[in-house]
Amino acid sequence: MPAVQETVDRVRQIDVDQYKYGFVTDVESEKAPIGLSEDTVRYISAKKNEPEWMLEWRLGAYRRWLTMREPDWARVNYPKIDYQNAYYYSAPKKKPELSSLDEVDPQILETYKKLGIPLREQEMLAGVVRRDEDGNELAERRVAVDAVFDSVSVATTFKAELKRAGVIFMPMSEAIKEHPDLVKKYLGSVVPTSDNFFATLNSAVFSDGSFVYVPPGVRCPMELSTYFRINEANTGQFERTLIIADKGAYVSYLEGCTAPMRDENQLHAAVVELVAHDDAEIKYSTVQNWYPGDADGKGGIFNFVTKRGDCRGARSKISWTQVETGSAITWKYPSCILRGDGSRGEFYSIAISNGRQQVDSGTKMIHLGKNTTSRIISKGISAGKSNNTYRGLVAAHRKATNARNFTNCDSLLIGDHCGAHTVPYIEAKNSSAVFEHEASTSKISEDMLFYCRQRGMSAEEATALVVNGFVKDVLQQLPMEFAVEAQKLISISLEGSVG
Amino acid sequence: MNAEVRAIKTPAEQALHNAYEGARAALPGKGELAAMREEAFKRFDAKGLPHRRVEEWKYTDLRALMRDALPLAAPPDAAGKSKAKDAGKVFASVDCRRLVFVDGAFVAELSDLTAELGLTIGSMAVALAKGDALVAAHVGKVFETEDAAVALNTALMGDGAVIHVSAATVLARPIHLVFASGETPSSGFIRSLIVVEKGARAIIAESHESSASQVNCALELVIGDNAQVDYFKATQTRGLHVASLLLTVGAKAQFNTFALNSDASLVRNQSFVRFAGEGSTGGLRGVNLLRGKDHVDTTMQIEHAAGHCASREQFKSVLDDQSHNVFQGKIVVKPHAQKTDTKMMTRALLLSDEAEADNKPELEIFADDVVCGHGATAGALDPGLKFYLMSRGIDDKQAEALLIQAFIGETVEEIAHEGFREAIMTAALSWLEARG
Repeated sequence: MPAVQETVDRVRQIDVDQYKYGFVTDVESEKAPIGLSEDTVRYISAKKNEPEWMLEWRLGAYRRWLTMREPDWARVNYPKIDYQNAYYYSAPKKKPELSSLDEVDPQILETYKKLGIPLREQEMLAGVVRRDEDGNELAERRVAVDAVFDSVSVATTFKAELKRAGVIFMPMSEAIKEHPDLVKKYLGSVVPTSDNFFATLNSAVFSDGSFVYVPPGVRCPMELSTYFRINEANTGQFERTLIIADKGAYVSYLEGCTAPMRDENQLHAAVVELVAHDDAEIKYSTVQNWYPGDADGKGGIFNFVTKRGDCRGARSKISWTQVETGSAITWKYPSCILRGDGSRGEFYSIAISNGRQQVDSGTKMIHLGKNTTSRIISKGISAGKSNNTYRGLVAAHRKATNARNFTNCDSLLIGDHCGAHTVPYIEAKNSSAVFEHEASTSKISEDMLFYCRQRGMSAEEATALVVNGFVKDVLQQLPMEFAVEAQKLISISLEGSVG
Repeated sequence: MNAEVRAIKTPAEQALHNAYEGARAALPGKGELAAMREEAFKRFDAKGLPHRRVEEWKYTDLRALMRDALPLAAPPDAAGKSKAKDAGKVFASVDCRRLVFVDGAFVAELSDLTAELGLTIGSMAVALAKGDALVAAHVGKVFETEDAAVALNTALMGDGAVIHVSAATVLARPIHLVFASGETPSSGFIRSLIVVEKGARAIIAESHESSASQVNCALELVIGDNAQVDYFKATQTRGLHVASLLLTVGAKAQFNTFALNSDASLVRNQSFVRFAGEGSTGGLRGVNLLRGKDHVDTTMQIEHAAGHCASREQFKSVLDDQSHNVFQGKIVVKPHAQKTDTKMMTRALLLSDEAEADNKPELEIFADDVVCGHGATAGALDPGLKFYLMSRGIDDKQAEALLIQAFIGETVEEIAHEGFREAIMTAALSWLEARG
């Protein structure tokens, strides 16, 4: 059956011509010479005052990249990218050392204000303030933000307070200098420099990103977030995020991204690595809203991202939540390697494509340890002339006894010019592994559905409630600034969905 | 991961190349047919045997599995023919018209060629050689695909069956194509064509038995408007078996296919199905029983090119020892194929920790008013159920056998024809018995 009107209207609200973040900030910037060569890599490394080992690491990746081919298996079509006709580094001109936020270019501060991301700590509280029974403000609603503008991090808030808790939250470029041991130990340990074409490119030219380390037993006192903004024309953004939760630690991290409207395509090739040790938990949420191009498919960001989490310790947990509405092309598979015994991986995704957007996204759950569990919930909605593909792998290796997976992916088409595709790979190499892949919405949880039906709800309402229930669970924890799009989406009806 | 693959011919590819060069002049068919062979071979030769980087062959790396290509089969000798008399036991309990092929060649003296109104039976080699009009109209045109195994079959196709069921004919008996192999292991390229015209009804069964031969067979099946076809295929081969079903369905037609693979060491069953007319229904089902190092790959591409059609796919696999089962099902709903209704289900039952089940149920949908569902499960026998049976005094193995029987029974029960339903269940039970 076709989609219901309410859904059509809501998707229309976020159509490509409704893009709100398409403005350009006029700031002076300095760029690396156009093109990509060993010199570009050296230039970036020198700009960042990096130690010798880091430069060698980058050069190793660059040499490897030269031997690699661009992957073509995804269901996306785009003109060939000319890697020599782009800038790999662009930074707003600034004073040599920033000591406080007042020294950040007011234009940039204005940009983040316009995007709804306050960078001044006192403003952070201006949002929704929750109070406990005695009327005291609850601290955990605050969010520490790392703002990445083109190739550099311009500001990181709440650093001091986080430091008191022992949490390290800083731009990657600073972490390389201040915590070389940690960076050396973990960088590239989840996504090796040879992993894939775009990840290798990122390893060679990454400019900034966030570094998070939560020491053993610490529950991070606030949400951490990074807001990525591409501003400069003809520039790629290559950020690298590394999050480590040591034994028993907990951290919730949010990521947001926007870019100006331009007729050209810009490349965004990021790498995100998560490491969870014994009993640790990492929750990673993304609201991806890169410029999707116009209704005719002109312009837009090519979003080629490698995201992977390593549940290295026993009973560790990594959960990915993504709300995808932007980008001309999305090529992204946030994955979990369930190495530790009893570890758990989760993937919740809502991907909405409009205009001529092409989305090829999904996840990989690789069960290596014993008693590992994973859950995949993916909702794809295609409208306009877009194509939306879910591509996912669930694999249980020989020793992954009692591995469990539940996958549910639904797609919804609005109009008959778009496409929705599902490509699940299910590989079981262990007889005690139990894998279930369902596209039927009635299979979420019979008990829950039954309960709702008992209370007089229709099957459709009950299904929507159950699915949205757990999506909401994560989305509600997004700060208000990020949640605008997300909130619009959660009430989208599943009616008319196809497998 | 992304390194270039060098185009060096493997021994098998080289042998196939030599076989084609050597046989080219003698292969039946001239003019357009010869050009089609030539073109198909070029396509195969350029890409070589499919390997794991070819998405459709990801789990069945033929380049690695096929060490060498055996010489092309010689015409069957007396010993081969006498052996073939007992072949096709799997469907022996059903009263069928038997057509016997030894090493891919049609053996008229072993076949039942009694006349029946509206039915024409012939040999593909003969039809190709004399430029038969039916063959010229359909061969290589039923479902165009880039697949390497189909291309290789087209290049080297020798013999097979050509069956025509004219409009509104209801066949009195099912037709059983018996494919047996001779004493010497060889490689065979079998091509068959079956055209069931408007409003006709036919039941076709195919059984394959061989020791170590390499068989590449392809069947082109054309189902006309309002026609009804049931197709059964049983594969019990110990060599390499690659089978392609190329099928086009007209409007308001009905068809069902069922594939049984038991004790088959290396099988690739691929189906390419197109719903070309509105209002048709089709069911593709199968049961795979694997043990030892058996490798069975079921791959299908179901294309809904017209609206208001329904398809059901249901496959069950039982895996023991170090066996490997692959299921890749792709349902494509073309734009404007509105009101399409499909449901695909694949279940794998793993009896051993060394077995591997890979499932890839894929959907590609371009129409907004359709219902497409798919499901896939993999897991072991439910210990609770087994405990229940054992608590009733049934021993371990027998309890397992009962549960397996119930598991595959769900799919076998769907067969409408009682004779074939029982024959397939009997074959499955004898596999279970052999398991001990």
